[in-house]
Amino acid sequence: MSVLAEKVITRDWAKPNQNTLAGYKASGGYAQLKKALTLAPAEITDTVKKSGLRGRGGAGFPTGLKWSFVPSLEKNTKPRYLAINADESEPGTAKDRFILENDPHLMLEGIGIACYALGAHTCYIYARGEFKYPSEVLERAIAEAYADGIFGKTTMGKDFELNVYQVRGAGAYICGEETALLESLEGKKGWPRLKPPFPAVVGLFGCPTVVNNVETIASLPRIFEKGPEWFMNMGLGKSGGTRLVTLSGAVNRPGTYEVAMNTSLRELIYEQEYGQGLPEGRTVKAVIPGGSSAPVLTEAEIDVKLEFDAFKPLQSMAGSGGIMVMDDKTCLVRSLWRIIRFYAEESCGQCTPCREGQPWMTRLLRKIEEGRGEMADLEQLLNVAVSIAPWPPMGLGTTICALGDSGALPVQSFVQKFRKEFEDHITHKRCTFGDKPWGAFGDFT
Amino acid sequence: MSEPLFTQEEQKKFDAGIAELLTHYPPERKSAAMLPALRLLQSLKGWLPPEGMLLVAAKLSTTVAKCYEVATFYVMYHTQKPGKYVVDVCTNLSCALRGAEGLLHYLEGKMGLKAGTNGEKFFLRETECLASCGTAPCFQINEDHYENLTRAKVDAILEKLS
Repeated sequence: MSVLAEKVITRDWAKPNQNTLAGYKASGGYAQLKKALTLAPAEITDTVKKSGLRGRGGAGFPTGLKWSFVPSLEKNTKPRYLAINADESEPGTAKDRFILENDPHLMLEGIGIACYALGAHTCYIYARGEFKYPSEVLERAIAEAYADGIFGKTTMGKDFELNVYQVRGAGAYICGEETALLESLEGKKGWPRLKPPFPAVVGLFGCPTVVNNVETIASLPRIFEKGPEWFMNMGLGKSGGTRLVTLSGAVNRPGTYEVAMNTSLRELIYEQEYGQGLPEGRTVKAVIPGGSSAPVLTEAEIDVKLEFDAFKPLQSMAGSGGIMVMDDKTCLVRSLWRIIRFYAEESCGQCTPCREGQPWMTRLLRKIEEGRGEMADLEQLLNVAVSIAPWPPMGLGTTICALGDSGALPVQSFVQKFRKEFEDHITHKRCTFGDKPWGAFGDFT
Repeated sequence: MSEPLFTQEEQKKFDAGIAELLTHYPPERKSAAMLPALRLLQSLKGWLPPEGMLLVAAKLSTTVAKCYEVATFYVMYHTQKPGKYVVDVCTNLSCALRGAEGLLHYLEGKMGLKAGTNGEKFFLRETECLASCGTAPCFQINEDHYENLTRAKVDAILEKLS
């Protein structure tokens, strides 16, 4: 089995007062920002490229490469911005909130490093509106950093002005999409923008902007402490470092775990230090591996490693690390209905296929779940999904952003892989799981 | 004459809060402060009363229509006065697999209202994933977060609400 040799992100979380500046400094905090400030910005970007750091928000895009898309100051004299995506809201995902709660300065130190490398004098942290406690911890940490001279007119004494502000969202999943996030930061409703131009060239207030996820940025201090080779070697293939994943659903020990990239889904579900398996007599039926928009996997597919590229042959994705387990007694029609109802609720309304298609699919699924469905409904369901984004392969969506795909992919993967369960609902004219559709832990006690 | 929207104390907090927010953005981008400005108004009044929306629009050099466009897009803003306790129950998949549908029914029974109803004391709503997937089921009451809920825990939490 795989063993996590060394913790990266969660290393210091058990230390006392780690979420305060004093505690963070006691475990060596801010030494890496100090060091980075002596380097040339281009050296920092090179180090990040060498580390194999990839975006932890969902896309797994190489971070150093993303930074290098920002045009040089000679070509574009506008101010540049860093925006941190702390709008964690992909169903099944609960990791960034724990970084904010347990080690906010780790992210803030990363912000300092990134802003200096990018020449960005302003950073906005877009935190999910519902995150009251994480936001309070973060706000206190930002105030501590200003009071200590880490941020402000100079950065740790270096002549580089850096202002860091937290902005709280207000309950809109779409604002986790990076261009919707920028719209929201500009004080508007979160309607995604057409790309290109990409934010690296035309982002916040029309200026070059990098949008990075919390976990991505929190990895930077470690990369500078231990070196990019160390980070790269911890990982697997082209992906450096470790991953924070959230295990939920029908397992004995759900939770958020830091895992090695070469840990398999099966190990995560069954190993003692992670999920500890399913209750006696229950078996895995389906696993969503990367937040609810990731195409579902069958039990036969869960030997996949938790590395970004490993999911490509399965036409699914590592996504945001939200892993949801459904056991043999869980109704997949009901589960899929609940997932798609979410995308219907959260569709921003801008593109017709998504705005009309997600509620349509929700209605068809409810009809089938309640035993009122006909075989033609199943075909209709697939037709609607294909019109939004055919699958496989991934990435063929017809909408401005990927929210369209996020509903269409689960529908197609669930129906293609578990078609009999949908047909059984139709032929028996009822939910075949009766009044217990939610599996091993589905009762409220 | 109708009563003024703010008490003197609230007016001070509103003015100082907006002034601070505006320092976070480029001077020609005042309306960028829309989300935090609406949050500030709601924190003072418990919702977004129309008179307050006029004030936000004026402070941010924008129109009231723009304020409502934003306020009605995001579910956390209340353009109608909500009950004393807004109870947001996650029923998304991770929570559903840990009993969230039962939790919602239990709350409906205890509160004597259907989810989606805005009562005087409780505004009970279903909400989407609140990042408690590994600590499910969960709900928020006026943004305070509660996890790993059981019947006994829910009873104890509701008992404290007057």
